Amino acid sequence: MKAGKSIYLFLIPGLILYLMFFIYPTLSALFYSFTNWDGLTADFDFVGMANYVEIFTKDSIFKKAFVNNLEFMLFVVIFQTLFSLVFALMLTKNSTASIFLRALYFFPTILSSVSVAFIWTYMYDPNLGLINKLLDLANLEFLTMNWIGDGDIAIYSISAVQVWFHTGQMLIIFVAGLQGIPKDLYEVAKMEGANKWQTFRKVTWPLVAPAATIVVAYTTIQSFKAFDLIFAMTRGGPNYSTEILATLIYNTAFRSYRFGYASAESVIFMIVIAIITFTQMRLLRSRA
Amino acid sequence: MDKLGKRTMLLVYALIIIVPMLTVIFSTLKTTSEMYANPIGLPETLNIENYIQIFNETSMGTYFKNSVIVTIVSVFFTLFFASLIAYAITRMSPWKGGIVFGLFTIGMMVPAQVNMIPLYSLIYSLDLTNTLSGLMIVNISVTLPVAVFILTGFMKTIPKELFEACTIDGANNWQVYRRIAIPLSLPSLSATAIFLFVMHWNDLLYPLLFITKDEYKTLPLALLEFQGQYMTNYPMLFTGVMIASAPMIIAYIFLQRYFIAGMTAGSVKG
Repeated sequence: MKAGKSIYLFLIPGLILYLMFFIYPTLSALFYSFTNWDGLTADFDFVGMANYVEIFTKDSIFKKAFVNNLEFMLFVVIFQTLFSLVFALMLTKNSTASIFLRALYFFPTILSSVSVAFIWTYMYDPNLGLINKLLDLANLEFLTMNWIGDGDIAIYSISAVQVWFHTGQMLIIFVAGLQGIPKDLYEVAKMEGANKWQTFRKVTWPLVAPAATIVVAYTTIQSFKAFDLIFAMTRGGPNYSTEILATLIYNTAFRSYRFGYASAESVIFMIVIAIITFTQMRLLRSRA
Repeated sequence: MDKLGKRTMLLVYALIIIVPMLTVIFSTLKTTSEMYANPIGLPETLNIENYIQIFNETSMGTYFKNSVIVTIVSVFFTLFFASLIAYAITRMSPWKGGIVFGLFTIGMMVPAQVNMIPLYSLIYSLDLTNTLSGLMIVNISVTLPVAVFILTGFMKTIPKELFEACTIDGANNWQVYRRIAIPLSLPSLSATAIFLFVMHWNDLLYPLLFITKDEYKTLPLALLEFQGQYMTNYPMLFTGVMIASAPMIIAYIFLQRYFIAGMTAGSVKG
């Protein structure tokens, strides 16, 4: 029996909010991207493709933010996937110790980005911070650095924080994948005389690959959206060395008051994310 | 790899989590000079001076109250509206349901920075800046996509015959939703609730956009501004971190399994 016409009433409250406060602003961003709106006054002019042309031909900061974003993404995707897989392999069994360690490793995920930013701003503090203090104690003074104050390394220091923040969460996805592998397969591999590496290559890896695809896909998107953490740690500085697209859009709009230009940046940002998502979805499908 | 190497790695990573956390907790009980001299050690005395000072010097109580109100209301209405939509999608004809589902899930691909600029001017023109209700409306709207996605996925696993049998027995849609769809979806509702709780409680971007008056600030925004006020006074900053994180930490200790399940559901699907 059909649900009847009254079923459409169920859509109304959510749909109104969603259309008004999500879809409408998203489409407006496209509209504003062709204007020179400053966000402060009501009037603005259409400038056609001028914002886009400026971004692609003159804007060295946009280019820098884009490159930073790619560096940040690569670092986080590589290390977060590697760490979460290695620890998941060690903590697959549901023993008391591994349940405890999984819960401990997961813990940072529940904190706010601002809290994590404060913790690591302290850890990285060149004079007071724990990292340099420990390096001093270990007679490794030559390794002490101005971790987030030095533009050459700041983006990597923040990448490491992002890895610390979310490795435990990705680990859980891998553990779920690993626990789904039938035990018999390992027994067969053992009987056939496979060594540990061969067992991993031929049994574990093919079966954990779907989980790996999810982890890589999620981590990639997450690294493009890491606004809160970077904003709270460096605001994109020093000298744009930690500026990623998300922080750049915010700064262009709310520091330089170039709403139209920032909208054009945000449209490009959305296209980049859409391309990455579609590519990864195709990879995910071909695996499954 | 041998057992010893494996255990060492696990221990080292555990320390990388534990040491910063203990430093935060212990520092809140230390003066600045004590902390700078001895960052990792136990505090000399149980000195709760920092906690008293932060409540005296800032409107910590107000920020905390604002965060509680915004989070609870946002989570409740996101779940309520999203579950109505998820139920409707499962009961509509497949192609109509598919269109509604597609309309909402496409929103999961749009990063917050894309619509934040028009959203800012929309909230401004509706006179909702510096109000908690503006914050809640935006929170609900932007988390509907992921909530609809998770809840629809779950409701689709409920046998259709169950809904249809009730309709034949004369129950209207609201009754079927209340008596069948909601009770059977409790596991996915609670997972989604936890995911949303963490997300709304910790959100920085929207308060940063819409709130400038002290009396409407939520904890993450207030914390961010402590940076200007306390500079490198880490004991005070960490006292703020502890107060802002306390509800989540306490909930995590008791509901660990649900947290891990809920946040993983959100991440896989979000």
